[in-house]
Amino acid sequence: MPLLSLERVSRDFDVSRPWLNRMLEHEPRRVLRAVDGVSFEVESGETLALVGESGCGKSTVARLIVGLYAPTEGRVVFHGRRLQMIFQDPYASLNPRWRVRDIVGEPIRFLGTGARVEELLVQVGLSADDGDKYPHEFSGGQRQRISIARALGGEPDFLVCDEPTSALDVSVQAQILNLMSDLQSRLGLTYLFISHNLAVVSQVADRVGVMYLGRMVELSPAGMLFSRPRHPYTRMLLDAVPDLGMSGKSRTPVRGEVPNPLAPPSGCPFHPRCPHANDRCRRELPEFIDGVACHAVAERRI
Amino acid sequence: MLDVRDLRVEFPMRRGTLTALDGVSFSIAPGEVLGVVGESGAGKSITGLAIIGLLEPPGRIAGGEVRLEGERIDNLPADELRKLRGRRIGVIFQDPLTSLNPLYTIGRQIEETIVTHLPMGETQARERALALLREVGIPGAEARYEHYPHQFSGGMRQRVVIALALAAEPRLLIADEPTTALDVSIQAQIIALLKRLAAERGAAVMLITHDMGVIAETAHRVAVMYAGRIVELGSVREVIHAPRHPYTVGLMGSIPRIAARKGRLVQIDGAMPRLNAIPRGCAFNPRCPRRFARCLVERPDLLPAGTSFAACWLHAAA
Repeated sequence: MPLLSLERVSRDFDVSRPWLNRMLEHEPRRVLRAVDGVSFEVESGETLALVGESGCGKSTVARLIVGLYAPTEGRVVFHGRRLQMIFQDPYASLNPRWRVRDIVGEPIRFLGTGARVEELLVQVGLSADDGDKYPHEFSGGQRQRISIARALGGEPDFLVCDEPTSALDVSVQAQILNLMSDLQSRLGLTYLFISHNLAVVSQVADRVGVMYLGRMVELSPAGMLFSRPRHPYTRMLLDAVPDLGMSGKSRTPVRGEVPNPLAPPSGCPFHPRCPHANDRCRRELPEFIDGVACHAVAERRI
Repeated sequence: MLDVRDLRVEFPMRRGTLTALDGVSFSIAPGEVLGVVGESGAGKSITGLAIIGLLEPPGRIAGGEVRLEGERIDNLPADELRKLRGRRIGVIFQDPLTSLNPLYTIGRQIEETIVTHLPMGETQARERALALLREVGIPGAEARYEHYPHQFSGGMRQRVVIALALAAEPRLLIADEPTTALDVSIQAQIIALLKRLAAERGAAVMLITHDMGVIAETAHRVAVMYAGRIVELGSVREVIHAPRHPYTVGLMGSIPRIAARKGRLVQIDGAMPRLNAIPRGCAFNPRCPRRFARCLVERPDLLPAGTSFAACWLHAAA
């Protein structure tokens, strides 16, 4: 049995203007569908990564899983013991007026905290005395360690990590990614890892889901996704990653921008930017079959 | 084109003076893109701000000199510097909204910059503004001319800022994290644009970023900064494929690359020192895997290392 499964989950947000404006200007209600019919499962012990550009719905999926939002349609089923979330901004997610001891101890305050807090701090590579300090005394990387210590307090088996290293410098990012992988093997954790950075994802993920305009467009084992991407959007994303090797390979220039989610294109949401789009793509929404949602792939055109 | 010698920037504080930059020297030739890379707190943005005279008080240039086309610009009075910015130096910041006035249409803002700096009438300026918008790749430039900044997406706004920075044909373009706030697909478009413009116009470009990938794709030479100093300076190819300073070696190893399987990254333990606690000797010594006695007491300057330069005693002639 998978640890977590999402069954055709959708989430709408009402972004209408205030009632009076709507009445005066005869505007209808406006609804933004941030996540649209997303299904996937996460097996115990694996890292599933979700990637995509801003506005693709990946963070909304994270919030649906931990229950910060309720799904408009579909359901989220969790079979594990406990889940926790790690946020992107280690500056905003720690209360500046609390000592680290209280921040880390708060979620487990009914379990008797003292020694446990120190153990948690040591586990994430901080020292036991750091509990007496305030968040501002720490660098960004150390703060993210504090967030991780706090998340581990209740002995979760599932961690939802929303861009956990995006606010950090690369050398610190490497420290945090290595720490997360150590903790995973030591504690048998399962991760849902959300990131816009494909290189980071390729270092941590077992499987990768690519999202575009609220839909899952491809979901494959990481090795396959990075060596043989199938969906044209996945190919485009991979092409856009700057080439550190300086191999001099020519990059396909990416065309256009993500469309306005309030007025998504007809048919396949990617068709206006897709080099392989035809009439069917403009008309008909592709089904998610065998790990990919693309007419061109299904018809073996690419 | 740009020549910076021994630049030193200080922030006098109540409890003593913080030195943000110390002994920073480099130059950029016409048509060349120099990448300045480093982690937060390395001093890369301060370097850019010092050159254009926009240091936040109490920050001030405490030593050294900055020359643009041979002429000293670090000691110019504020209003002369303001004329210089926009006319001979174009600036692009990370957040396009800091460079755009929300109350004016983008067309008017570009037009105004042109009229202020170039001997052109209104009609001519409008023609030029439209040409610039087309050049930076804004579709339907005529229609977009009358739009306000909030009506543009992030990528389009950054294009407008680039058009604005180029309006008066600057000789030097300073771009501070121009692509950091953008999605990867848009990032690639903006990088290509910057590269093309530098090549076509023969402007010198100083590209400040924390992203080595962006530098690899755009720059000719790169300066790696750490704790307010340049620790390595060389051609991009050399610095990426044969880094000479242990910090650059660690930095290159910690950058995740697309890999077919999961793996561990090289990590540099510790963090960049704060400005009030810069270690004696080489500032990198507490984190350096190859430190020896001399590193603890004596601060290295840039020394020749291969075809690059590295501020590291490993490269001192014995």
